[in-house]
Amino acid sequence: MTNTVEIHIKRRAAPDAPQHWEEFEIPYRPNLNVISCLMEIRKHPVTKSGQTTTPPSWDMNCLEQVCGICTMVINGRVRQSCSALVDNLDQPIKLEPMSKFPNVRDLMVDRSQMFDHLRRVNAWIELDGTHDLGPGPRMDQEDVQERYAYSRCMTCGCCLEACPQYDEDHYIGPQAIAQVRLFNMHPSGATTRDERLEAIMGADGITNCGNAQNCVKVCPMNIPLTKAIYEENRETVVHGLLGWLKH
Amino acid sequence: MASGIKIVVVGGGLAGLAAAMKIAEAGHEVDLLSVVPVKRSHSVCAQGGINGAVNTKGEGDSTWEHFDDTVYGGDFLANQPPAKAMCEMAPAIIYLFDRMGVPFSRTKEGLLDFRRFGGTKHHRTAFAGASTGQQLLYALDEQVRRYEVDDRVKKYEGWEMMSLILDDHQVCRGVVAMNLRSLELKAFPADAVIIATGGPGLIYGKSTNSMVCTGSAVAACYQQGAKYANGEFIQVHPTSIPGEDKLRLMSESARGEGGRVWVPRAKGDKRSSSSIPENERWYFLEEKYPAYGNLVPRDIATREIFQVCLSGMGVSGENQVYLDLTHIPAETLDKKLGAILEIYEMFVGDDPRHVPMRIFPGVHYSMGGLWVDFNQHTNIPGLLAAGECDYSIHGANRLGANSLLSCVYGGFIAAPAAINWANGVERSGSNGSGLYEQQTKRQQEINDKLITQSGNENQYKLHEEMGRIMTDNVTVIRYNDRLKETDDHLRELMQRYERISINDSNLWATMALPHARHLKNMLDLARVITLGALNRNESRGAHYKPDFPDRDDPNWLKTTIAEYSGEGPVFSYEPVDVSLIPPRKRDYSHEKKETKKA
Repeated sequence: MTNTVEIHIKRRAAPDAPQHWEEFEIPYRPNLNVISCLMEIRKHPVTKSGQTTTPPSWDMNCLEQVCGICTMVINGRVRQSCSALVDNLDQPIKLEPMSKFPNVRDLMVDRSQMFDHLRRVNAWIELDGTHDLGPGPRMDQEDVQERYAYSRCMTCGCCLEACPQYDEDHYIGPQAIAQVRLFNMHPSGATTRDERLEAIMGADGITNCGNAQNCVKVCPMNIPLTKAIYEENRETVVHGLLGWLKH
Repeated sequence: MASGIKIVVVGGGLAGLAAAMKIAEAGHEVDLLSVVPVKRSHSVCAQGGINGAVNTKGEGDSTWEHFDDTVYGGDFLANQPPAKAMCEMAPAIIYLFDRMGVPFSRTKEGLLDFRRFGGTKHHRTAFAGASTGQQLLYALDEQVRRYEVDDRVKKYEGWEMMSLILDDHQVCRGVVAMNLRSLELKAFPADAVIIATGGPGLIYGKSTNSMVCTGSAVAACYQQGAKYANGEFIQVHPTSIPGEDKLRLMSESARGEGGRVWVPRAKGDKRSSSSIPENERWYFLEEKYPAYGNLVPRDIATREIFQVCLSGMGVSGENQVYLDLTHIPAETLDKKLGAILEIYEMFVGDDPRHVPMRIFPGVHYSMGGLWVDFNQHTNIPGLLAAGECDYSIHGANRLGANSLLSCVYGGFIAAPAAINWANGVERSGSNGSGLYEQQTKRQQEINDKLITQSGNENQYKLHEEMGRIMTDNVTVIRYNDRLKETDDHLRELMQRYERISINDSNLWATMALPHARHLKNMLDLARVITLGALNRNESRGAHYKPDFPDRDDPNWLKTTIAEYSGEGPVFSYEPVDVSLIPPRKRDYSHEKKETKKA
């Protein structure tokens, strides 16, 4: 192991500025993750060749891989930077912002489109009110565990970054479809199931999945995204047929 | 139909979202300000669960018993009426989240399952795997999104509150916030403001808190006249995973599900954990506290672990003890604790299903915070607070799984209280828009000064230095001489702060200016914490002084109040409402004595 860590960062000063690479070198310590490297660089923003530069900007919060905010492309693979440990990475470590979302500055991106998706698919249960109405429906632990798997989605965007179909409003993507699955599986959520299905049956809907299965490989929460797509595809087909029969 | 009432909620964690949901449901408008997209708030880090005496296990649990455990665990420093009200609301809160679709773990009969947590003998903690905070936060996020679609909630994500807007009568009329990309400052007028910005863990540099937990917005309220109460009560969680960038939490649920804390009986024993036979292991918590064992409250577990390591008994002589789950079947562990085991595996590399975890205490939670009355009003009219940022409920030590509960409870109380206030307050009673412009301009001046000044101090180094001295001197074991030195050091840091340079010539989406603003505010709160600790010559809950080892009710059964002045915090004290359960000595080596409902 060398006693330094070399890090290359793809930078951008502002949304309309060009991207360029900068190289940094910091002293090695055991147990470094990518975030602690960035913190070190921020403290002394000087490149490997000795040039003073601006400190890189990036997003970070929980540092436990549960908030999703620090997602970036590290050595070509999309993942959270908090859980990317230097000892497990080839050097130089190459950091790039995600490419499927507007690049704000350096490693920061704007993922508000993912929250727009949640609005679009009614990703909630229609409560009658928040007053005390007693417990919810009884449920089988196995169903709960399946729902829990979908409910762990932290809206990080890894699946969308890796999906070859997700681009320019062409396809709503696995994130939203998995949330449709989450709520359609719930006994109360199922009462508004049709609205959710219709939200993923449009021109940019579920049928645009190209079955590359990249999403499920990069999901840091191991969410069974392809299963969600399969199940919801089935549901939409049945829903479409029923709608057609009713006419 | 719009009521005409507009309430600003600052903070989009559990407390802020709970308040926003209730206000929107009542038909009023909310501007919801959050530094990060609300779904990424620190509440996601809560792991173990949420308490409520639903008593599905036939253990004779009751809301009164929950209340008694809470005030007993808090070493009787909490005002009792709100703690009681919270425990009474708890079952309904859990049921509401159940209806929202939170995937709480179930029993065979399909009912909510409950697990044990520290400081109680009952199975009282509802849980969704080991990521309960994440699941509860998402449920509220989803409900608030419904109201966002209806235009009752407008989210300002990526906006940070810089200051309150107070009129000539010191009534809160809104806030000034900064757009974290453009650095634009904007006034948000409101009929009432609810602060729900969480804890100040970043004052300690490394803690279990998320990076947004600077306490900065709360410090701004304090600087403008809000009282800060019980600042010296900082919870150090017994089990965290030390890291280079933060201390990662290892949930109390690990012990709730049977995890055992131990070190080798022989000092400096170099053998691997698995080759140390049972009789050569020292289960020090079980030995000293036979009644509660590994589930003693956090302050006690933390002190014991800390002392064991101080005496050189830590594993390999280092600051670490074992937290052992290896005797529990891996399948059970995956079902009940999967998420936290993954965290350990990911960051340490060992599999806790087969190798005992190595853990050490880490700064975790602030029992202290903005002073509020029993309806979550601060002393500034029109300003309310809820969640970790307020001081109510937990007294001198918070019980595990009471934090998610207190966040939701605080939000649910603050929302109607804010609406009530807004209904009664005279609108635009003050000098109209001049007020908003004036405060915005003032904040701009502070920013401009920071941007243009150049000096040789590095703000990140100052932050590290503050974190180090606070962690060394104002955590588990406190000595007056060292507290005094810490305050001197903090004042020196404040002077050096005047000579920082933000070192970022690109102001677009810079992290440097917001951090510089946080740092100033953290230094102010650090002094409140340190001096509050210096003054309090007793030991109570999380506040422990070897020179004053006992709880001293005659002199110190009182709430610390700090008020801002240019020369530093000014302290006063007020009595604690102990009208429901008479204070008694805490002793976790024996079963808790029953208290009868008055």
